[in-house]
Formats: sequence, C-alpha cells, structure tokens
Amino acid sequence: MILRLAFLLIALALPARAEEIVLGLSQDQVAITATFDGSDILIFGAVRREAPPPEAPPLEVIVTVSGPLAPATVRRKERRAGIWVNTEVFEVDAAPSFYAVATTGPLEEILTATEDLRHAVSIPRAIRAVGNRVSGAGDYVAALLRIRSAEGLYRYEEGAVDLERETLFRTALTLPADLVEGNYTTRIFLTRGGAVVDRYETVIGVQKVGIERWLYNFAQQQAALYGLMALALAVLAGWAASLAFAGWRR
Amino acid sequence: MQLYLPIAEVSVDILLILGLGGLVGVLSGMFGVGGGFLITPLLFLAGIPPAVAVATSTNQIVASSFSALLGHLRRRTVDIAMGSVLLAGGLIGSGLGIMVFNWLKARGQVDLLVELSYVLFLGTVGAMMFIESVNALLRARRPGARPKRRKHYWAHALPLKMKFRVSGLYISAIPPLMVGLSVGVLAAIMGVGGGFVMVPAMIYLLGMPTKVVIGTSLFQIIFVTAFTTMLHAVTNQTVDIALALLLIAGGVIGAQLGTRIGARMKAEQLRILLALLVLAVCGQLALGLVLRPSELYVVETVRPA
Repeated sequence: MILRLAFLLIALALPARAEEIVLGLSQDQVAITATFDGSDILIFGAVRREAPPPEAPPLEVIVTVSGPLAPATVRRKERRAGIWVNTEVFEVDAAPSFYAVATTGPLEEILTATEDLRHAVSIPRAIRAVGNRVSGAGDYVAALLRIRSAEGLYRYEEGAVDLERETLFRTALTLPADLVEGNYTTRIFLTRGGAVVDRYETVIGVQKVGIERWLYNFAQQQAALYGLMALALAVLAGWAASLAFAGWRR
Repeated sequence: MQLYLPIAEVSVDILLILGLGGLVGVLSGMFGVGGGFLITPLLFLAGIPPAVAVATSTNQIVASSFSALLGHLRRRTVDIAMGSVLLAGGLIGSGLGIMVFNWLKARGQVDLLVELSYVLFLGTVGAMMFIESVNALLRARRPGARPKRRKHYWAHALPLKMKFRVSGLYISAIPPLMVGLSVGVLAAIMGVGGGFVMVPAMIYLLGMPTKVVIGTSLFQIIFVTAFTTMLHAVTNQTVDIALALLLIAGGVIGAQLGTRIGARMKAEQLRILLALLVLAVCGQLALGLVLRPSELYVVETVRPA
C-alpha cells in the first residue's frame, strides 16, 4: 500500500497532459487451473494533472474489458409447415467472447454518442467496430447482444467504478468461470461533459496452466495419439469397473 | 465442486457430470443402447459446447459399452458371430452415411433432417416396441396362455446361411448385413451409435432373443463409437478427455448396475421401459420442433481451426 501510494505521488508530480491516467492492476495474468472458477481483478488508478481540476462538468471514469475476438454464427428460426426450422444465417466476423463496461454513472450521460462511436465503448459499438459488415443485419447483431447478455458474457456495470475526489478510482471486475484463453484488452476512459479527455489501454493475459495447458496442446498437436489415449482410457476404465464389480453378481 | 475443462473451455460441476454419466451408464447396461441420443442433449443443457458434447459422448459410450459388454460376456449373452456381421454392415453403412450427410449439408437444412429423422425413427421404433411388449406381457399374464411360437422369418429362405449359435438362429447372413448397413447410415447421419434402432431391429427383423440382443448390440456399438471418437479427435480436436473421464467414471459404474438390473428383469418389461424412454425423447424433440421457441435466434461460436 505504501509502495502504491509512493508510486501515485511520483506519478502525480510528473508533468503531462491536462488530465492523464495512471493505472494499476491487481494482476495482469490470469492462470486457468483445473479448479478455476472465475477470478476477481482489481483495476485501480489515479488521475494525474498539472492544474487544479475544472469546477464543472464532473470527471467520470469508464473501464472496459474485452475478451478475445472470435467469429460467431447467428441463426434465425422460422415456422415452416408447422415446425420451427433454422432459416436465415448471419456470420458475425468477430465478436468478443466477453465484454464488460464498468462506469461511475449511466453510460449515456457520461459519454456522448459521437465519442462512443469514435472509441467504441458501449457493447453494440464495440461489436460494430471490429470490422463487421452489419448492414441489414441489425436483428442478428441485436440477438447476439441479447443472448450473450443473458448469459452474463456481455454486461454493463454502471456505478461500479469508485472515484474519490476526482483523482483516485478503482473497480473490481469479476471474470466468469467459463473463460476463454487469450488477451483481454482493458481500456480506461476519462470523460468530462461526455467528451473523452484521456484513454489508457493495457492487456490482461488469460492462459491455461499445468495439466490444462498440457492436455490442450496434446489434443491440438498430436490429435491421433490423443484420440488413441482417450480410447485406451475408456477401455481401461470399462475393464476396471467390470473387474471391480465382478464379485458382486447377484 | 467445479472443474475447468481444458477443451470445452467451460467450468462444470463435477457431481452433475458424474451423475449424467451414471444415468446413461445404467441405461446402457440395461438396454444395450449406447445412450448417445440421451447424453448429448443432456450435455448441451449442462452448458458444454455442442461440438465437444457430441465428440466426447462417443468416447464415453466406448467406456460404458465396454464395461457392460464384459458383464454380458461373462453371462455368455453376446453373439459375436452376429455382432461381426452387423459390424461389417455397419462400417459400410457409416461410410455411405457420411457421404449422404455431406451431400445434404451442401444443400443446407441438414439440422432439420437430423431432427426429423430422430423424431420419425424414435417415434416409430418406440411405438412399435411399446405395443408389442405390452401385448407380450398381457399374453403372459393370461392364465393357461402359451407363449407364441417363434415365427418362421422371411430370412430363412435366403442363401449364404450361417449358424448363429448363441442366438439359436440358422439364417442367411444377408439380413443382418442389411440391418447393420441401414443402422450405420442412420448412425452417421444422426451422430449416434444407433443402439436404439439396432436393438429393435435385431428383435423384430432378425428374431434374436432379447437377452442376446443387448450384449450383441453393445459389441458392435463399441467399434462404431471408437471409430467416431478417432474421427472427431483427428479432424476437430473436440474430444475433452477431462469431461470424458468424469462421464466414464459415472458411466462404468452405472453400466455395471444396469447390467444387473437388466438380468433380473423380464424381457418384456425391459422392452417396455426402453420403448417409454425412446418415446419420451421423441416427444421432447417433437415439442421442440412444434412449439414456438422463446428465443428465435441461436448463436454459435465458431472455434478457430
């Protein structure tokens, strides 16, 4: 804590832009072990400034965390001859596996639509920003957002960022248990009157470790051997169980 | 208790998966069905991605079928000669089935075909078995009634006669080969071992005794699902060994239990239970096709190759 404070004080003393972010993370690596069931990451930081802060409008903080991008297929069901069948299909080229937005207040009040468009902060903007052709596919993208939000993969946490005296901010972010490996891009925006005054970007690496890593690599790199191992285990287990129960006949 | 699965990339409740494996294992031992038509939808419900669920359940079926088969071998209720003929037909059938599957896939609507064939086959097979076994049970209850003598099956007139000693049959090898082949085609299209079609086909088309049918069906299911597991492991890398081990642990124990339960029950009772199970799954699928879904859209994450 003392070190952290010292760091902040040094940071505050340095000359820079009008208002600038200095960031800390409780961890910048998340290790997925066999017993992994989610992880809390503390994102904290300070606002460094040369001049005293302006009276109004107030300073606001937005934190976004985005999981790795992957293509997704969205299908729509329609009733044909009395049964529900998949009819139309839309391929989303790249959608984040996870996306969370934590803010100091309601997003539409602290960020203008133009700034949202420029920085791709809100969930719909973040999806549209990654080069997806979405014209005429509004319903499909909306469905993707709706379904992933219901699964807790896309979420808004308005008011989850604590900001003290317009200088120190912190938020605790819960990463779900169903975490996909990859780089989780973390962005912090400072806004005043809906306009972004500074942004900062860093990466949290999420990786399988130990036996999880080993099994995954094995399955990918030596698929045939892995398949044979799976079969051998299956036969062995079947045989062992049969043997164990052999005495118990009647 | 939670476990993070390395291939499925989801965290699951260990006890839930053990339970699912055990349940399907019991069915496998009792009825000689692999349980693929049951475990895969259950895994979907548990939050496992479909591709991993399909591939991993085949691996689990190998284990539970093998465990159950050993129980049947000890009891000498496996007709290996018949099983080999069925298997030969089955492997040819799977090859054909995969070709049909790809041909349909190129034309779209393969999902619908799979679901419709499930409903159609489960419905017909289930209804047929149910009616037949209820009749058999009623006949046995009637005082003084004699069990009906085995019919002279059409299969007796064909050439290439073989002796199937365990089944007590002396019939041509052509009908079992054809049964194996058609089940193989179906199995490849529907992504299952095919036990639920194979078992009634052996009883009603080939005239095999019910007790032998189960062990013999298990015998050929092992080879078909082992083949499918390898195929999934090599082409899609979607076999999750951690998930498989949990399912297997539950499954092998369940299979041993199931074999013993099955040995104590009357053949007609076994057939009624299997018929009811098949009809229940069929009804569930049919409802899914007919009722308006609460969410009209489905999202599938495409896994990078």
